[in-house]
Amino acid sequence: MIPALTIENLTKVYADGFEALKGISLTVEQGDFFALLGPNGAGKSTTIGIICSLVAKTSGRVAVFDVDIDVDFPTAKKHIGIVPQEFNFNQFEKVLDIVVNQAGFYGLPVQLAHERAEKYLRALGLWDKREVPSRTLSGGMKRRLMIARALVHEPKLLILDEPTAGVDIEMRRSMWEFLQQINAEGTTIILTTHYLEEAEALCRNIAIINHGKIVEHSSVKGLLRQLHKEVFILDCVEDLPESLAITDFTVHRVDDHTVEVEVEQGQHINQVFAALDEQGIHISSMRNKANRLEEMFVNLVEGAA
Amino acid sequence: MSSAEQFVAFMTIVRKEIKRFLRIWTQTLLPSAITMSLYFVIFGTLIGSRIGEMGGFTYMQFVVPGLIMMAIVTNSYSNVVSSFFGAKFNHSVEELLVSPTPNYVILMGFVVGGVSRGLLVAIVVTLVSLFFTRLDIHSYAIVILTVLMTSTLFALAGFINAVFANSFDDISIIPTFVLTPLIYLGGVFYSMDLLPEFWANVSKLNPLVYVVNAFRYGVLGVSDVSLSFALGMIGLFTAFAFGFSMHLLNSGTRLRQ
Repeated sequence: MIPALTIENLTKVYADGFEALKGISLTVEQGDFFALLGPNGAGKSTTIGIICSLVAKTSGRVAVFDVDIDVDFPTAKKHIGIVPQEFNFNQFEKVLDIVVNQAGFYGLPVQLAHERAEKYLRALGLWDKREVPSRTLSGGMKRRLMIARALVHEPKLLILDEPTAGVDIEMRRSMWEFLQQINAEGTTIILTTHYLEEAEALCRNIAIINHGKIVEHSSVKGLLRQLHKEVFILDCVEDLPESLAITDFTVHRVDDHTVEVEVEQGQHINQVFAALDEQGIHISSMRNKANRLEEMFVNLVEGAA
Repeated sequence: MSSAEQFVAFMTIVRKEIKRFLRIWTQTLLPSAITMSLYFVIFGTLIGSRIGEMGGFTYMQFVVPGLIMMAIVTNSYSNVVSSFFGAKFNHSVEELLVSPTPNYVILMGFVVGGVSRGLLVAIVVTLVSLFFTRLDIHSYAIVILTVLMTSTLFALAGFINAVFANSFDDISIIPTFVLTPLIYLGGVFYSMDLLPEFWANVSKLNPLVYVVNAFRYGVLGVSDVSLSFALGMIGLFTAFAFGFSMHLLNSGTRLRQ
């Protein structure tokens, strides 16, 4: 199957000499839900900018559904829908006009443009707001407007740059559901996000970029398997003894009913349960201290620094 | 993109542009009507009656073509410069840049938007002028050709200004310090015959001289320069402005990083 996106040895040196990308290569398969992660200034937005033509690459190759952007960028662009990080629509224009005009820029006839605009504005809960100037929308609504605008020409590849930044939890969840739905319907999605639980919840594959280089490119599951150590927080029913100890495990008593336990690769959490059970302590609940992907991310980024 | 799709994209930009200047008509259409009425009253009726004839016509008849052309030039220019810079400023220009719309379609869309405003203002100002004088059009074909070529030229100039502008100050500097002086020195209010030979030759570097005279020929049948030369010069300036605008778009100057 043709990959949705192929990037080979992509470099970008800005006019001031800053080397934003140092020869990155990655592949995103069709139908994937892919996360592109990295700290601020790592090169994520530059990469996305090159894919959608807002940034000129210095060297390397980018192909969207096997269409090389150097050979036929207009066709490649037809396959792409882009939701940028910053609001980039005319705040004085009406919501409906923004989406219909975008359809026009992709050559969709007026009637079809209106049908598509209605379809996606309804799907994203903005149809009732279609006649209001976009500046009157809330931050979350503006983000959904940009998603509707990006989808109006029904691209095969949707790229979202920090789509849920500044969005409240309820709206974030509804956006996740919507994105999962269109991904299930066949749209390949590439997502950059700072919310690593978002990447863990939504994405199957992942690339981590740091200082202009890809430091990890694998499946989310595969990446998590590489974790050498996880810290669990256990809430206990009985009072914990002051000198709590479990053989072979590092434990930290947080308070009378809470303990943190480090479980290294090869160890089993069952051993902890058994040890506590022997001491007459029962567990009421358990959770990860940090997001697992976050731990992995920090390990990789700090390791590369 | 097929030619049909390109036409849809082109019409989308044109429709958007026309909608924009009609929505804010008090800022885009009304000022020209009021300003030109004042020009007609002051230069045509009050001062003009003391000047007498110029080029074989009453002073009012002589200045009307130049004033109409002045409105066309300033409106076609300012429509594109403010619209395109506004799109750059709020980043909505990215809607076009990420789309498959070819650069020449983007350029033509904005230019036709500017030309549309120039034409609409020309009609308004012409109607206003009829309250002050009688206009017997010498050649409708030359009038239409000159209006279209001129508004295209200055819409392109507005586009170039917008690409280079970094702030709203930058889009008012050129109209204030370059365009307005060129208009006033372009023979709107006087005949080139009144100038000493040296300054008459210097004036030939001013594109507004050709614009005003070609239009005056279409309306009155008189011109300080040869009509074919005037149209040729407007065409030359337009071709240069179009070529330069396309170069800016293709190279992504000030638009893409």
